[in-house]
Amino acid sequence: MIEHLNYFLSYDFVLNALIAGTLAGILGAVVGYFVVVRKAGFAAHALAHIGFTGATGAALFALSPLEGMLIISVLAGMMMGAYGNRLQRSDLAIGMTLSICLGIGMLFLTFYRGFAGHATAILFGDIFGVSHRQIIQTLVLSALSLGTLLVFSRRLLFVSLQPDLAEARGISLSASSIIFSVILAISVTLASQVVGILLVFTLVIGPAGIASRFCRTFWSGLATSVTIGLLAVWIGILLACFTNWPATFWITMIIFFLYLITEAVCRYAFRGA
Amino acid sequence: MTSAISITNGGVRLGGRDILQGVNAEIATGEFIGLFGPNGAGKSTLMRCILGLTPLSSGSISVFGEAPGRANGVIGYMPQSRTSLEGSALTVRALVSAVEGGNRWGIPWNSRAARGEVERALELAGAGEYANRRFSVLSGGEKQRIALAQALLGKPRLLILDEPLASLDPRNQMRMVENVARIKATTGATILFIAHDVNPLIKVMDRVIYIAGGGAAIGSPDEIISSAALSKLYGAEINVVRAEGKIFIVAAEGNVTEAAHHD
Repeated sequence: MIEHLNYFLSYDFVLNALIAGTLAGILGAVVGYFVVVRKAGFAAHALAHIGFTGATGAALFALSPLEGMLIISVLAGMMMGAYGNRLQRSDLAIGMTLSICLGIGMLFLTFYRGFAGHATAILFGDIFGVSHRQIIQTLVLSALSLGTLLVFSRRLLFVSLQPDLAEARGISLSASSIIFSVILAISVTLASQVVGILLVFTLVIGPAGIASRFCRTFWSGLATSVTIGLLAVWIGILLACFTNWPATFWITMIIFFLYLITEAVCRYAFRGA
Repeated sequence: MTSAISITNGGVRLGGRDILQGVNAEIATGEFIGLFGPNGAGKSTLMRCILGLTPLSSGSISVFGEAPGRANGVIGYMPQSRTSLEGSALTVRALVSAVEGGNRWGIPWNSRAARGEVERALELAGAGEYANRRFSVLSGGEKQRIALAQALLGKPRLLILDEPLASLDPRNQMRMVENVARIKATTGATILFIAHDVNPLIKVMDRVIYIAGGGAAIGSPDEIISSAALSKLYGAEINVVRAEGKIFIVAAEGNVTEAAHHD
């Protein structure tokens, strides 16, 4: 077993997968906690899908899918943020933007014949295909996002929980919303490298959502969310090495089973309360 | 006595429509003011003016002698919107802690002093005994007291409460009013209490602001909640009927403009 593990870790692509997965897992779990508090799950999901257009369109502009997706998600995030809570809660507006973006993404895909393999990688993630360059980009982007949160998280939590009171205390709701949406766009982009655009929910909402079901304070919730995210990514990648089944499959399985167990335990423990 | 809020000939125009005109109000520190009026009359607009979120289009306003918005550090505000955290296990204490010092940069880690402030606000709002419970399982009345605790953080000198009695049953309305009266007595804060019904507040408020028909009248409860004063304000005949210790405000045509009795 240990022998196998050493064997797998001797491969660069496994190491790269673990590094990218770790970074995306941490960022997704932290940002996800705020997504859960803000009830912005659909917006997060939509940002990932909007990124599809960027990822497929990137090839036309000689950019990598990661760069393309990042640009378009950050732009979309800023727009969403600028419209503030109104848009983040407007299912119709988000849904319509989402469909047109996916439509354009589909068109880009047609321009690039023989791109189907690439499309699968974008949609479902290709953690073992992460390049050295992508690792550096991931590192820089995670550091940037987490650094911003180090400065901004206190205000963000306040604004997310009591927006009206925060506005009364002189905090700009739209500025906060824009900053958060950009961080969200970055974390969604990084998570999609691991689990793909379609399954971003798994890494960004999953761990935080599970943690929020039973964690009674902000910090315990955050710590639990990160722990769940990291365990899912690490175990998922290792299981993928052992079984040759996709890491994305294993990660979603782990998160889903944790969710089921949490639901069952919470319903039992909190019954009647 | 210094004035907490001073409005001189204030008017607000939003989207080409005059919301308020010629509002004059001088509120002293430590006063308990009840703010009433029909839906859409401009109660929330007036409150946003005091917070500096909506500018006056005419006249002037000052809060503790400063331009509105400058003094927001000493204003506690309880919004009408309710926090809903369905399915979340966050406790009452965690929610109030998250708001304490929320204006500061950095991470949401509270110092010992800040944690003390959270406990003080929880006790003052009457939520101390259930601070460890999960917020999502609380009753409407209990949740309202959490919003009050959040507004009390930072020892505000002016407390603006936007319809804290909405959708509470009479017993919880009573409790909320008693809480606020006690807070006024212990902290000396000025209270601006927005409500729909005058009855729950009649014993505790010092003066009344009544907004209707684009204008506002301020004075003692007896002065303002009278047929003469309200008829002038509405520009229509209004009857104030006192029966069984309750006040009913009724339009002369017969339809009740303000359902004064919720029991």
